[in-house]
Amino acid sequence: MSTNEMSKTLGPDGGGGALVVGWKANRWWIAGLIVLAVAPFLVYPIFLAKILCFALFAIAFNLLLGYVGLLSFGHAAFFGMAAYISGHVMKEWGVTPEVAILIATASMAVLGVVFGMIAIRRQGIYFAMVTLALSQMVYFLALQSEFTHGEDGIQGIPRGAFLGLVSLESSLSIYYFVAGVFVLGFLFVYRVIHSPFGQVLKSVRENEARATSLGYDTDRYKLLAFTLSATLAGLAGATKVLVFQLASLTDVTWQMSGEVVLMTLLGGVGTILGPVVGAGIVVSMHNLLAEIGSVTTIVQGLIFILCVLVFRRGVVGEVSAWLRRRRSTKKHPRAG
Amino acid sequence: MSTEDNVIETDGLVKSFKGFSAVSEVSLKVRRHHIHALIGPNGAGKSTMFNLITKFLQPTSGTIRYNGIDITKAKPAKVARMGMVRSFQISSVFPHLTVRQNVRVALQRKLGMSFHFWRSERVLDGLNDRVGDLLADVDLESYQDTMAAELPYGRKRVLELAMTLALEPEVMLLDEPMAGMGTEDVRRTAELIRRAAQGRTVLMVEHNINVVADLSDWITVLQRGRVLAEGEYDAISKDREVIEAYMGGHHDT
Ligand SMILES: Nc1ncnc2c1ncn2[C@@H]1O[C@H](COP(=O)(O)OP(=O)(O)O)[C@@H](O)[C@H]1O
Ligand SMILES: [Mg+2]
Repeated sequence: MSTNEMSKTLGPDGGGGALVVGWKANRWWIAGLIVLAVAPFLVYPIFLAKILCFALFAIAFNLLLGYVGLLSFGHAAFFGMAAYISGHVMKEWGVTPEVAILIATASMAVLGVVFGMIAIRRQGIYFAMVTLALSQMVYFLALQSEFTHGEDGIQGIPRGAFLGLVSLESSLSIYYFVAGVFVLGFLFVYRVIHSPFGQVLKSVRENEARATSLGYDTDRYKLLAFTLSATLAGLAGATKVLVFQLASLTDVTWQMSGEVVLMTLLGGVGTILGPVVGAGIVVSMHNLLAEIGSVTTIVQGLIFILCVLVFRRGVVGEVSAWLRRRRSTKKHPRAG
Repeated sequence: MSTEDNVIETDGLVKSFKGFSAVSEVSLKVRRHHIHALIGPNGAGKSTMFNLITKFLQPTSGTIRYNGIDITKAKPAKVARMGMVRSFQISSVFPHLTVRQNVRVALQRKLGMSFHFWRSERVLDGLNDRVGDLLADVDLESYQDTMAAELPYGRKRVLELAMTLALEPEVMLLDEPMAGMGTEDVRRTAELIRRAAQGRTVLMVEHNINVVADLSDWITVLQRGRVLAEGEYDAISKDREVIEAYMGGHHDT
């Protein structure tokens, strides 16, 4: 399993104290932080912030698909609804951005428990269908209800000031704010995956009946995983609203649910970095292809088919498999 | 025989699949600290019995008692936590976890931290000594860091046994633990089961008649979902009906 490999190369854990333990053990974490810090001086910061929001969304989704084996086809419900809630409380109640994000994220935790309780009783394709149906209900609600402003969406949402002190109006400041949220979300998921709970999740993914026979009520583990995933998807949506200052129907459509599946599969399901890479590819592709207009979806579909055929494990999955092969040929040159 | 002597008691157990009775009116009693073998031709309903007793399937009718407690409506994970742990006919390990992690998953539940998503998995390192002991017991020590998927078939089945033993179960239900093993592995596994059965109750499905003869204290023969005969090996091996059932069917050994 590539995640276990990675836990060795990426350093001992995601705790805050990890960074002081040693340069060598933590060089990948440090490199990642440096990249995040200097990137906005090389690339348009709003574009990067968009990637990070989608990357967080995909990480949240992958927690469920990659580590429990559950394919949700309704995660846009959490992403989009959190965007509306966060936008609404920012604009109408005038709260500070971190409070708006907290309210929206907590709401998605509640919605996650409810949807999870309905969906996890189903297996495989039925699970996907139930999540899709539930998210279509959310879409309908967003279309009809007043606070979402239907087709118009919530526009002109102020970015406000972090803790009421640091204005997020400039591109650079909103970028660093989003990067901070992303890092927290990433560390959180990293910790969940490498926790006692994460071990049980992986065993459920590998062989649910065996996990049950070891005494685990697998439905309860799935429900907690679903809730954590929904909460993080909410965090991503709530944060995205601050970047674009707009909450619209796009974020709750089934196409958005499909987009996150695409990002995760492209990048590499069940790897911690895969969804991040996948989000980067898909968002960049959208930007590049935007100029050619309506054929975007076709090109995107073709690229997707190609990737599925060529890199079945996703970009990160293939790269880490290649690294593993290389390492093992070095260790046992004859066996290679 | 008083009720207390039986760890498992089923009464008139029936399981129908769309009208087809896989198990019909089976009343099975498993004595405490016995190695009890459940034998019979393929399709006799042995695995279905295991699924019913461990609650992976809900019976159509009848009751199941475990230590005198009615568990007919219990959930499978609950039954496992009560000390009745099963293995599966097909090899059931966690393929993309290492051998050590496989055993650790079995051990970690008792730490009561399995919902702790905020803790580092390093809290589980405290279990490693116990994992080492369990793996040493089954000669798997040298495979600790191997992915379970990469183990040879016989070793996988032994790993499964180690995972079951990690739970220190009161009752073990083993569904064809030696299927597909070579002679040497069969011998070692039989020895292991004999050792593991000390102070435990074992209900075992096995086709290898030598193993059954060697290990079991009591045998129940199933045929087409019904109990055909019951008794000690010597009596069963001379039973005409049993001999016919085996000759009439086909043998799986
Ligand atoms: N889930 C199921 N659905 C339908 N039929 C089943 C199911 N499970 C088992 N059976 C049938 O029940 C009978 C008994 O099967 P099983 O208990 O697996 O036999 P054994 O383990 O003794 O070989 C077989 O005829 C099998 O086809
Ligand atoms: Mg069977």
